Amino acid sequence: MNAINPTGWRPSMGENEPETGIRTFTGNRALQLEEALLFELGAADRSGVDFPDTADIDLSALGPMARAERPNLPGLSEPETVRHYTRLSRQNYAIDLGLFPLGSCTMKHNPRLDEKVARMPGFADVHPLQPVHTVQGALSVMNELAHWLIELTGMHGVAMTPKAGAHGELCGLLCIRAALEAKGDPRDVILVPESAHGTNPATAAFAGFRVENIPATPEGRVDSAALIARLGPDVAGVMITNPNTCGLFERDLKIIADAVHAAGGYVYCDGANFNAIVGRVRPGDLGVDAMHINLHKTFSTPHGGGGPGSGPVVLSEALSPFGPLPFTARQADGSVKLIEEEQAHEEHPQAFGRMCAFHGQMGMYTRALAYILSHGADGLRQVSGDAVLNANYILRSLDDVLDAPFGASGHCMHEALFSDDGFAEGFSTNDLAKGLIDEGYHPMTVYFPLVVHGAMLVEPTETESKAGIDQFVGAMRSLAERARAGDEMLKSAPHLAPRRRLDETLAARKPKLVWKEG
Amino acid sequence: MRYLPLTDTDRSAMLSVIGAGSIDELFADVPAAARLSAPIAGLPNHASEMAVERHMARLSANNVTAGSVPFFLGAGAYRHHVPATVDHMIQRGEFLTAYTPYQPEIAQGTLQVLFEFQTQVARLFGTEVANASLYDGSTACWEAIAMAGRITKRGKAVLSGGVHSHYVETARTMAKFTGDVLDTVVPELTATPDDAALIARIDGETSCVVVQYPDILGRIPDLAAIASAAQAKGALLIAVVTEPVALGVLQSPGSLGADIVVGEGQSIGVGLQFGGPYLGLFGCREKYLRQIPGRLCGETVDADGKRGFVLTLSTREQHIRREKATSNICTNSGLCALAFSVHMTLLGGSGLSDMAKLSHAAARKTATALAQVAGVTVVNTHYFNEFAITLPKDARQVVRELADRQVLGGVSLGRLYPLEAALANGMIVAATECTTDEDIAALAAALKEVLA
Repeated sequence: MNAINPTGWRPSMGENEPETGIRTFTGNRALQLEEALLFELGAADRSGVDFPDTADIDLSALGPMARAERPNLPGLSEPETVRHYTRLSRQNYAIDLGLFPLGSCTMKHNPRLDEKVARMPGFADVHPLQPVHTVQGALSVMNELAHWLIELTGMHGVAMTPKAGAHGELCGLLCIRAALEAKGDPRDVILVPESAHGTNPATAAFAGFRVENIPATPEGRVDSAALIARLGPDVAGVMITNPNTCGLFERDLKIIADAVHAAGGYVYCDGANFNAIVGRVRPGDLGVDAMHINLHKTFSTPHGGGGPGSGPVVLSEALSPFGPLPFTARQADGSVKLIEEEQAHEEHPQAFGRMCAFHGQMGMYTRALAYILSHGADGLRQVSGDAVLNANYILRSLDDVLDAPFGASGHCMHEALFSDDGFAEGFSTNDLAKGLIDEGYHPMTVYFPLVVHGAMLVEPTETESKAGIDQFVGAMRSLAERARAGDEMLKSAPHLAPRRRLDETLAARKPKLVWKEG
Repeated sequence: MRYLPLTDTDRSAMLSVIGAGSIDELFADVPAAARLSAPIAGLPNHASEMAVERHMARLSANNVTAGSVPFFLGAGAYRHHVPATVDHMIQRGEFLTAYTPYQPEIAQGTLQVLFEFQTQVARLFGTEVANASLYDGSTACWEAIAMAGRITKRGKAVLSGGVHSHYVETARTMAKFTGDVLDTVVPELTATPDDAALIARIDGETSCVVVQYPDILGRIPDLAAIASAAQAKGALLIAVVTEPVALGVLQSPGSLGADIVVGEGQSIGVGLQFGGPYLGLFGCREKYLRQIPGRLCGETVDADGKRGFVLTLSTREQHIRREKATSNICTNSGLCALAFSVHMTLLGGSGLSDMAKLSHAAARKTATALAQVAGVTVVNTHYFNEFAITLPKDARQVVRELADRQVLGGVSLGRLYPLEAALANGMIVAATECTTDEDIAALAAALKEVLA
């Protein structure tokens, strides 16, 4: 029997005296609300869904693997569910709340029209294995998006199915492997600049290549002389990010590409930073053979707290025959055909295979297509223009208080790179980043690229207003001055967020990945 | 342009701070030959919200939607009812427009959801731990095979014929490049899966046995027998669940001895969406923790001692380990994991059990009705919500003719196994709690006509 008036769930509130001096009973601080775990709230016999009575259902056709008891999963009624997730949502920072300057991640506004169209029944409520004549509209979306991605990049073909950027990288490298195998060419080295995103070497290794790093020049670009000198009969290709992770355009990419091709290799371009050049530069004109496009970056499908993404890969004429299944093609009669395993041996015999079940990220295709059509040719050109303008404005508004290691290398592209050089002894990038949290911003990308000590990579995107950027610059100036002066309060920031700095060492030393009773 | 806040006045003021005369000047590092002087040819200029919505609505209308006709497709994607609350929650901007939770102090919402999701998946699968999701079931299946190779230091995976053909194809693609050997067979249209034949294929080189539960034909293999046979030879059992609702009424793979359990989470909360984005589920024994691919969320405390959550064990991951990482995965399927978790929270154990029972009951009614149609044979002895039938002619043609009668009747095995003549007359039929008696009667009547 429970007590008549139990006190209910209370969070563990720690030992420190709150800075306000007020310790509340609930641990809540007005609109900042603590929330229990689902497992501390729910019960297996509580539910937020009404079903007809199931007591009389004959379960004998399940056979001997039937379970005796229902699964041990707590449920909540609908009002409790809505409140649980709404309260949790308020502990998150998001683009909808403010500037999200995470470099190389392109956190731009997610248009609500795109959410609306993705939910249209013809896209949301169709099964991937319906007969193709019953899903012509959905296939048209795939085909139309594929067409515009090819046009925007000046390439020959596109593999639509990869499910995220890293999956797209893998797709591109598997095309290269397949092309080499078709020629009986055993080369197996992929050259990767040391400024590359971590997925590049991970992907190359996963695809069975040996990875060799190429150094950067003092001005922040790949050392093209060193790269070209390394080319030879064992080099399958290069993976280059352009614009690169230092925020600079790789001016020599075309020269590098020509040299790689002359030496018998292929050029993979990491398209994570395509937002800087969309509508102004076509990678196909720079000699690229394969490039993934993160639809969740340049084409603004929502990041969703870590996915789902979508990473179509545009391909050169040399690599297109090797692209994965399935893909679409518009027929003479206007209908759209789906080329799967059934048709492949006649129509696409050199496909390297299939990267996932079904046809890829339809829900992202509808959003990306709506985004491309909304902006149009003139709008997309303005997107890259404003993204680059905003980044340069931040770079030049802060380079007197923050070290800009490549500030002398000319204009940056869509992200501004700073370092912690000049901070007081014992102060680093992380302290400034955590200080930004108290100022109401998500921190920038920190300690990346690895070629810059204490790197801070700021990507404002084109969807920020000048007033919003001016306020961010003000916050950054204030924090830079505090870090230079050695303000100790910065070392323990954030002070005002739902949580202070979390003990990541404890989490890794004694991993607790699931909730257990007691 | 409605998504761009800068005005021309703003742009001029900003250019003067930068010391540039125009935006074009900022692109001086791009070689002149590669710089486009005008907008991309062919693509129209910007369009109003109304115009884009009209275009997309026209494309949407050119599909036969699952909800508008009697609908019996499954084979790895299922149409269950998703409560309205699910879509409302995933459209909260704080979830929808957040990034991967790299800054845990301001991402506790996403992190607590992931911790709860991991616990829900582990309980559903009967595993000790689970990860924060992968792209989808097919890629999760390959990741499990690769992980079994790392654990056992063996390179041969034995796949049951009951594993979804797309999952097998995905693994085949990857294995070709990693050098792993896949021992595969195609399914046979028998009433129960031949577990003994599968067990006979396991040897001392086998890293893992991969078994779908229920399998592509809806049959339910005896995982316990396969688990002990595999483990006796030093191999791991990987169970693949493409319809997690089944676990509302079937014993969990973990409780039957599976070492790794992977699955497709689509049928809970995510919806059909023409095949994606979906949700890869991944659970396993705790002792394999450091070999798990993808993101993991763990509990910890903050500087004040308050409970909190972080992404953890990232030394497995690409941004730290680079070419030595356990997988190259960066983005996963966060928002679909949220949808799954919200739906599972609304259901609870009792709701999941009810939904599973109703789906099974609908499948049973469907099987009974189809068995009365001349020329149709129901293959399965046991099944959950999906079963195979054989027809007197090529099922691809039957599926098309049913669609002409406004019935989406199932998935032909010819679509999945185009080169296997022995399977050409086979068809997979699935039902869920959404299936009505009228739908079943309409399918039986249409099939009768088509086969007449």
